[in-house]
Amino acid sequence: MKRFTGLLLSVLAVIVLAVIPLISGKASTREAMFTILMAIALASSLNMLLGYTGYVSFGHIVFFGVGGYAGFYTLTVLGWNLWLSMLVGGATAALLAYLLGKSILRLRGAYFALATIGVNEAMRALVNNMDFLGGPIGMTMKFSVYNEYGGAANALWLVYWVLSGIALLVVIVSYLVKRSKFGLGLMAIREDEDAAEVMGVRAPSAKTWSYVLSAVFPGLIGMLFFFKNGNIEPGDAFRLHLSIELIVMVMLGGFGTVLGPVLGAGVYQQLRKLLLTSPVFKNIQLAVAGVLLLLIILFIPTGAVGWLRRRFPRLRRVLE
Amino acid sequence: MILHVENVTKQFGGLTAVDNVTFSLEGGEILGLIGPNGAGKTTLFNCINGVYTPTSGRVVFRDEDITGKRTYDIARRGMARTHQIVRPLNDLTVRENVIVGACYGREGLSLHAATEVAEDVIEFVGLTDRVEMLAGSLNVAQKKRLEMARALAANPYLLLLDEVLAGLNTSEVTSMLDTIRQIRDRGITIIMIEHIMHAIMNLSDRIIVLNYGEMIADGLPDEVAQNPQVIEAYLGDEDLAAKILEEERS
Repeated sequence: MKRFTGLLLSVLAVIVLAVIPLISGKASTREAMFTILMAIALASSLNMLLGYTGYVSFGHIVFFGVGGYAGFYTLTVLGWNLWLSMLVGGATAALLAYLLGKSILRLRGAYFALATIGVNEAMRALVNNMDFLGGPIGMTMKFSVYNEYGGAANALWLVYWVLSGIALLVVIVSYLVKRSKFGLGLMAIREDEDAAEVMGVRAPSAKTWSYVLSAVFPGLIGMLFFFKNGNIEPGDAFRLHLSIELIVMVMLGGFGTVLGPVLGAGVYQQLRKLLLTSPVFKNIQLAVAGVLLLLIILFIPTGAVGWLRRRFPRLRRVLE
Repeated sequence: MILHVENVTKQFGGLTAVDNVTFSLEGGEILGLIGPNGAGKTTLFNCINGVYTPTSGRVVFRDEDITGKRTYDIARRGMARTHQIVRPLNDLTVRENVIVGACYGREGLSLHAATEVAEDVIEFVGLTDRVEMLAGSLNVAQKKRLEMARALAANPYLLLLDEVLAGLNTSEVTSMLDTIRQIRDRGITIIMIEHIMHAIMNLSDRIIVLNYGEMIADGLPDEVAQNPQVIEAYLGDEDLAAKILEEERS
């Protein structure tokens, strides 16, 4: 049990957030929590690449979009069920990450980051021109599909619980990876890739697998999100600014920690809600995110959890 | 024979950093590698452990041709090294740094087994009271010991030490020399690059000398120290070299 104390806070946070809508029973609360839990899952996924391996992916949302498109296609055109379509979404994202990993993970630092932006934009352009995916208009799901899942109202709750489960799973996987030999290899790469290779870490394959791991869950979530949405279009699927916001969340909470992205995602989404409802800030909400990122990198580069760990070494056991 | 380096040449554009170097190494030896700054010593290390692929020539390690293999594949075959300019994994603890060495080294240990090996090795190099510290917060002497611990944790057959004594004070040098002897006594073969002459002359069973990438001498420490070419390489003056030799003899 002692081994898992570091996981406790993160898991508790996710569970508490997930059951809040049960207490209020309101759909609006559920939607608010959906946004937060989705952010937690996406930020924690990104953290497995950004935080553990030290590779900044500016276009991570591409996996969300690609998974969403692949799953949406099998669901609406081929008529597969939601679960299979989710798996297709996750698998497609993973495959894309694997192929990309083999090619662009050779690039280091800023070059890799730039390449990831390129990938997202290229994918958006590609999908825009794919007629079988609906081109720029995208695809729409028949409302009757929800009937298979107990009607629209039930389906939305179902989606919510599945998402909560995925968020929990991501956090647990993130912890297990961090505490594994594989994860140690990734962190060695983050600290000094050349030195890690000299010590025997097979950096190319380790990096590729960490990229795949960080892409699977966004793929699953993408499908779930667009199933709930009822339609998918390129502009929604490949929102570059969402990628940037994910980075802000990871950096805010503390990269390379399990709790960091959970905390960062929660706080950032609250902040975003405040900004969006304020008359002054609602139009410059993204600019605030940018400034926030700047301030974090300047003053607390290790994020909130990293700062706490440094400031209070005793907390290290709890704040993993 | 544990290592055979055959006609290894490494060129960077028009510069020949290592020029047609050939030597062999028996198990259990300490081989000293010396030469003036820029002679190509570290480049030769990089060619041996696969950081660079030699432009031409072969490297044979334990009867297997490892030329052109990636450095992590060579590490897993039992060759470990330390860096001249230390490369600690700053944000990991001393313990974690050493565990990386054990996990991904020759034996590829599990995390659990690696943790035990790490404790032993850390004690051996004398960093026990620092295990929980972040590697980035160590001083230079400790970082050098950490480099050594990481390499040892891999349980290598061959250890390449690149200037582990540089930047250490006299008492630190003495204790590091003891450590190196103890490593040899564990049966690990060592090639070491060093600039501190009295240290390397005492420690090495054999010495090879590089100058402008070429190997200009290979022999026992005493022979090498008397070699006019070697003295000239260090002093850069033929006449001065002859004069010093003359004085030594008289």
